[in-house]
Amino acid sequence: MTTIETHAQATTASQRDAVPQLLVGIADWVSSSDHKKIGRLFVALSWLLALGTAVVAALIGIERITPSTALIDADAAPQLLAIFRFGLVYAVLAPTFVGIAIAVAPLQVGARSIAFPRLAQLGLWLWITGVATVIISILGNGGPAGGNSDMVDLYLLGLAVTAAGLIAAATSAVVTVLTARTAGMSLERAPLFSWSALAGGFAIIASLPVAIGTVAYIYVDHTYSRVAFGGNYAVNDHLGWSLTQPLTFVFVVMAVGALADMGPVVSGGRQPLRGGALAGIGLVTTAVLGAVTQSQHVLTWTGSAGDKIQSLITFAFFNLLPVLGVLVVLALGALGAKSGKIRPNAAFAVTFLGVSMILVGMLGNALLNVDGADLIGTVFEEGATVYVAYGTLLAGLGAMAFWGPKLWGRKIADKKVFGAGALVLLGTVLAAFPQYIAGFQGQPNGAVASFDYDGPISLWNGASVAGHALVILGLLAFVGAAIKDFRSGEHAGDDPWNGHTLEWATPSPAPIDNFSELASVASAEPVLDSKGVSA
Amino acid sequence: MTLALPSAAAPVPKRQAMVAVGVLSVAAITLMGGMLSVWLRFRAAAPTRESSDGLYTIKDWLPKDITIPEVAANTMLVTFFALLLMAQWASYSAKRGHDSHRSLALLVTFGLGAAIVNAQIAVYSQMGIGVRDGAYQSMFYAITATMLILVVVGMAFTAVAWFRSVGGRRDDVEVVNAHALYWYVLTGIFVALWFVVYVQK
Repeated sequence: MTTIETHAQATTASQRDAVPQLLVGIADWVSSSDHKKIGRLFVALSWLLALGTAVVAALIGIERITPSTALIDADAAPQLLAIFRFGLVYAVLAPTFVGIAIAVAPLQVGARSIAFPRLAQLGLWLWITGVATVIISILGNGGPAGGNSDMVDLYLLGLAVTAAGLIAAATSAVVTVLTARTAGMSLERAPLFSWSALAGGFAIIASLPVAIGTVAYIYVDHTYSRVAFGGNYAVNDHLGWSLTQPLTFVFVVMAVGALADMGPVVSGGRQPLRGGALAGIGLVTTAVLGAVTQSQHVLTWTGSAGDKIQSLITFAFFNLLPVLGVLVVLALGALGAKSGKIRPNAAFAVTFLGVSMILVGMLGNALLNVDGADLIGTVFEEGATVYVAYGTLLAGLGAMAFWGPKLWGRKIADKKVFGAGALVLLGTVLAAFPQYIAGFQGQPNGAVASFDYDGPISLWNGASVAGHALVILGLLAFVGAAIKDFRSGEHAGDDPWNGHTLEWATPSPAPIDNFSELASVASAEPVLDSKGVSA
Repeated sequence: MTLALPSAAAPVPKRQAMVAVGVLSVAAITLMGGMLSVWLRFRAAAPTRESSDGLYTIKDWLPKDITIPEVAANTMLVTFFALLLMAQWASYSAKRGHDSHRSLALLVTFGLGAAIVNAQIAVYSQMGIGVRDGAYQSMFYAITATMLILVVVGMAFTAVAWFRSVGGRRDDVEVVNAHALYWYVLTGIFVALWFVVYVQK
């Protein structure tokens, strides 16, 4: 069994004359088994879907500004909410870093190709087919509370296909990190992002099949008997856990790994507590346990001392351990910044801010599960999901700005990255934080119209709409800058950030087989070794 | 390589097929583990009532007119273990270059996989329940059909290993080993399913 594929030219010169160049280019990308193209397609499609998701979110927000007046048809509101929740988790949050891992991890571990490239490609197409199926089903009055039974069945099928695609892609990335590392690279020496691809990939592989199994039950029941699982309107009673926290934390592991990887590069020194960073990334993956138990682990400060301690332990295990992991990585990043000679760049700053937003979402989720806070069932939960999803999107922008030069050979100007990142950051805060406040005031979750509470409803929901609009603007600005600068921007050089890991030791853009000559490594920062930087 | 790093010979990929099957086995375990958990949760939540003489508490889970065909279910279990022996024989033969043994063992493995499918169909036939008949029935079909799909995937894997074997891939030890690993995992999963669904019901 070999990982190495030969990549024949897509077309001959005479064919190129006959077929429009654009079609040739599209065919080349669509059929390519080059991991760098598969990964970039994952990211590009997820950003396209992120735009659509943010537009839907803005529409929902506009409706909520005046909940007593229905701008959107009452029957369409649940469909819009379903698209929004599905889009946030499975079209934005999950695929962004799976795509980046597929593009970058093989380069980081010094492999000529990803393991099972066709499996990664299958994962991409299964994922996008599943997403399209879900969207079509929801538009056809399906979805978790749809009125058309056939379309509800289609929704369930689409959800399973989406999950299967992500599992296939994650498997390819995980097997690459486990088996295709270059000579001398033990797992302890694997780059931190690759380690997070391994840990996060495993978390995806361990959690999403549980969702597929639940879908199988609901699908059979819904299609044939509708006795056990309660028909159309009860789909989310059993599958709602797959659209919210803590499952969403499973998808942020790689974002945390990306930040951990960039930190030492920015600080200019080696990561002094590498084991801590590895453990921190690992701690985030404990979210998988909270996800697959399919129930909220609420802190109830009542009863005997034993009851309180038991409740506290369960709450902390399922809600606080992932937070601790992110805190460890952020703290180590801060330590590195203190000890070294800082060379800040916009890519790192944007990723750092993205992970910070994720942390706010995680903390919000912990607060949500404190019994006395009375936040369960309010839009506070939606705010936490928005923080996590948009935070991951923001971190993804930073990661693409960081590794983009290795994939395209050119870099995006720092000012543009920072400008677009600032817009998305501001948008994230505006979209999510008012939901936190509205949650405290009792705005119900999952309601678009016909609700009331004692607070400035228009202000919170208006701010949220402005936030989603800013995210759209920021994302468009970043994509515009990327299209321009990756095509005609400044040449990045092979090692634009003075990097530490193997991807910076090959030409930019990386050749189709990644390395002209494979390297042997003797530390976790082989490129620093070659520059003569002492340990 | 643009920096002066010591060069290395292209490393032999480390048992990629085995690792991939191991990783996907985790997915299979959590898939069926999740389904068994939902099964147990529904069974635990089934309503209870007192027997007519007031002496017993009866759980309304398995409808009383349904009989689990234990012979067919136990045959499936035994067949899984017999299949494991064959898969291991294929692995043993592949390692030692005994081509004819390997091909024969893979063929028998495939046949035993078909026997498991046949036994499952026999279970459906003997139980005589319809998927539309109720909560237990739909859940029974969902969990056993998912297991059946995993068995069919295993048979496809065996068929691929056999075709590669008869096609002259004599050095194909790893694929045969990976295929055996898949059947080991599937047997473990079936033992759990057999105990929960067919024994405890």
